[in-house]
Amino acid sequence: MKNHKKKYIEEAVMKGIMFLCVFLVLAFVVTIIWTIFAKGLKSISWEMVSSVPGPDFNTRDDGGFLNAIVGSILVVVPSTVIAVLVSVPVVFYITLYRRRTDKLSYVARLAYDVLYGIPSIVYGAFAFAVMVYVGMRASLLGGIIVTTLLMIPMLIRSGDEIAKTIPDEIGEAAYSLGATKYETMKVILRQAFPGMITATLLALGRAIGDAAGVMFTAGFSDAIPKTLSQPVATLPLAIFNWVTMPAPFPDRAYAAALVLSVIVLLLSIGGRLISNHFSKNNL
Amino acid sequence: MDDTNEVSLVVKDLSLSIEKRPILKDINLTIPNNKITCIVGPSGCGKSTLLKTFNRLIDEVDGVEHSGKIMIAGRDILASKGPDLIELRRHIGLVPQKPCPLPMSIYENVAYGCRIHGLCRNRKELNGMVENYLGEVGLWDEVKDRLHSPAGKLSIGQQQRLCLARSLAVRPDFILADEATSALDPVSSKTVEDLFVKLKEKYTIIMVTHTLRQAFRIADYAVFIYLGEVIETGEAKQVFNDPKEELTRKYLAGVFS
Repeated sequence: MKNHKKKYIEEAVMKGIMFLCVFLVLAFVVTIIWTIFAKGLKSISWEMVSSVPGPDFNTRDDGGFLNAIVGSILVVVPSTVIAVLVSVPVVFYITLYRRRTDKLSYVARLAYDVLYGIPSIVYGAFAFAVMVYVGMRASLLGGIIVTTLLMIPMLIRSGDEIAKTIPDEIGEAAYSLGATKYETMKVILRQAFPGMITATLLALGRAIGDAAGVMFTAGFSDAIPKTLSQPVATLPLAIFNWVTMPAPFPDRAYAAALVLSVIVLLLSIGGRLISNHFSKNNL
Repeated sequence: MDDTNEVSLVVKDLSLSIEKRPILKDINLTIPNNKITCIVGPSGCGKSTLLKTFNRLIDEVDGVEHSGKIMIAGRDILASKGPDLIELRRHIGLVPQKPCPLPMSIYENVAYGCRIHGLCRNRKELNGMVENYLGEVGLWDEVKDRLHSPAGKLSIGQQQRLCLARSLAVRPDFILADEATSALDPVSSKTVEDLFVKLKEKYTIIMVTHTLRQAFRIADYAVFIYLGEVIETGEAKQVFNDPKEELTRKYLAGVFS
């Protein structure tokens, strides 16, 4: 009886600690969103999100930060496409064509784990060194390259985890019908599709919010770039630049933070909806 | 491989190890055509490994080494590579232990094999083929109005029959069934069993089963394996009613399982 009482207390205490942790995380999310929305909504205006900075942007409300919004999208969308195109073959090669115990798979997994752990500022510094070496200026292309490098390990890592959750029987079923590994890969890809969408949008969300990587490589510009070799403004860098500057810049920083948060929230919700749709239909 | 089912499967001196651990030892067998051959034996005796060796799915397991031959129509399965291996797998269908529809619609599951092998010339032929094989497993009437809904929405028993239809659609000579009814309810299990009995007219069926009663009911030919060795083979009636080997007798009597 005494032993049961001890177990009951243990259960109650652990449950309490877990609930507290959940509460803390929720409180943290709500506080961040509340701060960004409260401060951002106060200062945001239609002009801010629909026009590029005017000639008197530094002294008064003249124009907005459309350059940074469009710039972020111009950097992140091509990066996502390239990163997915590179990561999916890597995931399938190491999971389907190589055995789990294979040395190349082991080294590849170790390599992307290391890459995953490298802070984005280091990617930025590396890319900057390469750019100086080849005589390239901070530009949209530089931003795309570094953001792609940042996303690839994230996508490979989640892709590898998703591949592990696909039942072996699906591969066996395709093989036993005489499918090649490539044909089998296409079948497995269908099963992995919802997971891959979620993983891609999560990686995209992280990449679009990263300032360190694009700091030296994409530069900053008041104009929307017309070519790949022109510098480009991004939302995180705009926030970084403005938040410590005198008024009216901090307000603009919060407005930019609001726009960035809304983009990331929309991506997360969209990803979840797409993923649910495909999971529900098992296609 | 010819399209008539005159091919037989002969296993010669097959030994197989996984990561140096012997699983199958010196197996010699001849699987008769158009019969149901049941491979029986206690858990872990190598039944499923033997079955997976027949269509070389065992290749996907790490550390497999094998010697000996498995001959079909004069060709050695174990020596097959590249296009030969793909062709070989087409001729040996598999019904898995757990029903596993491909992540696509009912229609596409059956059509998949035909598509990858280019067996149908046009959509009309493909539609006819899907109807034919779904009919062959008794599923057509149940699913004809929802052919394009996801296969995963079917009941487990229906999914297993779909897996069978999918295997038949690539026109195999052999059907391998790895405890194909163990995940099913008794009614579905009986349906699948009856299907196998019907299908043996056209195909050679090799079935691994853990259920001795099922083997008694449907086997024409039986193979008893114990610790990776073939202990006894022969006509099912003889093996089950009058076994020659002491080990078989003990297994059938339930001394070990």
